[in-house]
Amino acid sequence: MNASAPSGLRRDDGFGGRGDDFYELLMRAHEGLDEARSAALNARCLLLLANQVGDIEVIRQALDAARASLAPPAQ
Amino acid sequence: MGTYQHVRFAYRTAPEVGGAPLRRPVAVVGAGPVGLAAAIDLALHGVPSVVLDDNDSVSVGSRAICWSKRTLEIFDRLGVADRMLAKGVTWRIGRVFHRDRELYCFDLLPEGGHKMPAFINLQQYYVEQYLVERALEFPQLIDLRWKHRVAALRPAAGGAALEVDTPDGRYAVQADWVLAADGARSTLRGLLGLPFEGHTFEEKFLIADVQIGADFPSDRRFWFEPVFGQGQSVLIHRQPDNIFRIDFQLGPDADADLEMQPERVMRRVRGVVGPDVPCELDWCSVYSFRCARLDRFVHGRVVFVGDSAHVVSPFGARGGNGGIQDVDNVCWKLAQVLAGRAPERLLESYDAERVHGADENIRNSRRTTAFMTPKTGTEKLFRDGVLALAHDYPFARLLVNSGRLSRPCSLEGLPGFEGDGADLDGPMRPGMPCLDAPVTGGDGAPDWLLRHLGGHFTVLSFAGDIGSLQRLESGLAGAAPDGVQMLAVTPQLLPGGTLQQLVDAEGLVRSRYGGADGVTYLIRPDQHVTARWARPEAAAVGRAWRRSLGEQP
Ligand SMILES: Cc1cc2nc3c(=O)[nH]c(=O)nc-3n(C[C@H](O)[C@H](O)[C@H](O)COP(=O)(O)OP(=O)(O)OC[C@H]3O[C@@H](n4cnc5c(N)ncnc54)[C@H](O)[C@@H]3O)c2cc1C
Repeated sequence: MNASAPSGLRRDDGFGGRGDDFYELLMRAHEGLDEARSAALNARCLLLLANQVGDIEVIRQALDAARASLAPPAQ
Repeated sequence: MGTYQHVRFAYRTAPEVGGAPLRRPVAVVGAGPVGLAAAIDLALHGVPSVVLDDNDSVSVGSRAICWSKRTLEIFDRLGVADRMLAKGVTWRIGRVFHRDRELYCFDLLPEGGHKMPAFINLQQYYVEQYLVERALEFPQLIDLRWKHRVAALRPAAGGAALEVDTPDGRYAVQADWVLAADGARSTLRGLLGLPFEGHTFEEKFLIADVQIGADFPSDRRFWFEPVFGQGQSVLIHRQPDNIFRIDFQLGPDADADLEMQPERVMRRVRGVVGPDVPCELDWCSVYSFRCARLDRFVHGRVVFVGDSAHVVSPFGARGGNGGIQDVDNVCWKLAQVLAGRAPERLLESYDAERVHGADENIRNSRRTTAFMTPKTGTEKLFRDGVLALAHDYPFARLLVNSGRLSRPCSLEGLPGFEGDGADLDGPMRPGMPCLDAPVTGGDGAPDWLLRHLGGHFTVLSFAGDIGSLQRLESGLAGAAPDGVQMLAVTPQLLPGGTLQQLVDAEGLVRSRYGGADGVTYLIRPDQHVTARWARPEAAAVGRAWRRSLGEQP
């Protein structure tokens, strides 16, 4: 099921080649929403998907990776 | 204000004023629920104590109301649970609302076959009153002294010396051990200069006890963002005497004096109970809470128990319930050490085990507070998201945090508990507090397993027939040293056995303990599993017993 080691965040394609479909879906879900509602949608979507993943270790790695990818705050 | 009639306990002049010091094996400082329970537990072990309290009455205003199943089991061992059950409001269902819609409800004890309910609600003043009355049944062992305030403490070799102030002057107490049960503002903590570090929450809560002349349900009910009244959350609990505890979350900026004005309190209360229901304010107060604990609970011969050692916010009812678990853990150990049956080092296990328990309580209480008081827009987004999903998605209900109610603390994995051998199953791993189940004794009268387990070490074995019972009897011969009782759980009374039998007619002990033939548990005086074996040997049982007494292997 998962290409990487068990309990590790995968870096390769998990969409089976349908990455564009996913991205379009994501954009469409936010269409017509103001920023506040978009943010609420993201939060709820994250809760649903995190529960789907279930593995706290993977989720921790995803949060760390996302946090590490943020540009440092402007001085 | 207040329906409860507070009795003043008689102050007596200490004969030691101006004379020789009082000597006692144990001095208990503080007669709150924790100090009183400790004195009773020690008395049941035959240990005399003096209990010193600076006040002369039970708790004024209701503080603790929710007493957990584990606390009731401990109180049953102390001989006070039946009274508390008779007076208290029994409950096990919690209902959670968001605005005007019910999100879900939870059941804290969905199965039968336990003597004690998930929770009772009973005002702290009743609990203390029943404990005082029980303590008075041990006039030879418990010396209760009201209006005796501990003012100084001097550690001494093999004990500690206290200076006690009374209306008639000062006297000294010399004790082998001091139990510091003097509450959240502990004098003894201050006298020893011990830091009490933690976290204070800015959020303020209005707590009102209201007598209501209408039949409201006994379930715990919690509202996030209630549509009635103002405020971020409301919690209702039913107590005896038709009194309801209502907690209003006021936010960090509330003005305590303003919020305590009776008309203002009653406006909030009316929002919850409706405009026409007859109701009267019994007591109210504005609180903010903190979570903190001592770094260590054992300081030489001074042992901290209850709020003096740790404090939590009340959501989850972990304060008093945690303190009673401290008592359960420490008293048998003190008794063993005082009797010379265990090294003083045994008290180190109290420190490790109850620091672990306090950390669990603080973690739970901190998480509840975080959920109830989102600090940033993003925290609010996730909180709102969880609440919005909870109605339709069971996983999200588990994220809603209106209080994680006190559960018995497992000591699994801590030093002194043996890991499980192979071919054992069932949840009763070493370190777990024993589960209750119905049994019948030799006379056939209905009884409960836990009533046979507390106060002493027990070797508990399972036998399905006379053959396996006899194998156990010969295999375990000599396994139980003095003061360790041996019990066999059998499906019906097996004639011809020599071990005392507990009949498990419903098979619940067997299923809860994974009790295949021959399975044997060693259980501590505080009803925690120390070790278990599929095929026990007398030598292994003896080793586990000595290890639980703090002897190094
Ligand atoms: C609003 C509120 C709600 C709560 N709800 C719950 C709940 O539902 N369930 C729960 O389990 N817990 C609850 N708690 C917590 C619970 O009340 C405490 O954990 C409990 O009272 C602790 O008991 P204790 O015996 O350690 O301390 P205390 O009850 O504070 O007793 C300490 C005693 O020591 C005496 N003392 C102090 N200094 C001295 C001295 N120098 N010399 C002699 N005596 C001294 C005091 O007079 C007092 O009698 C609640 C607390 C609050 C404030």
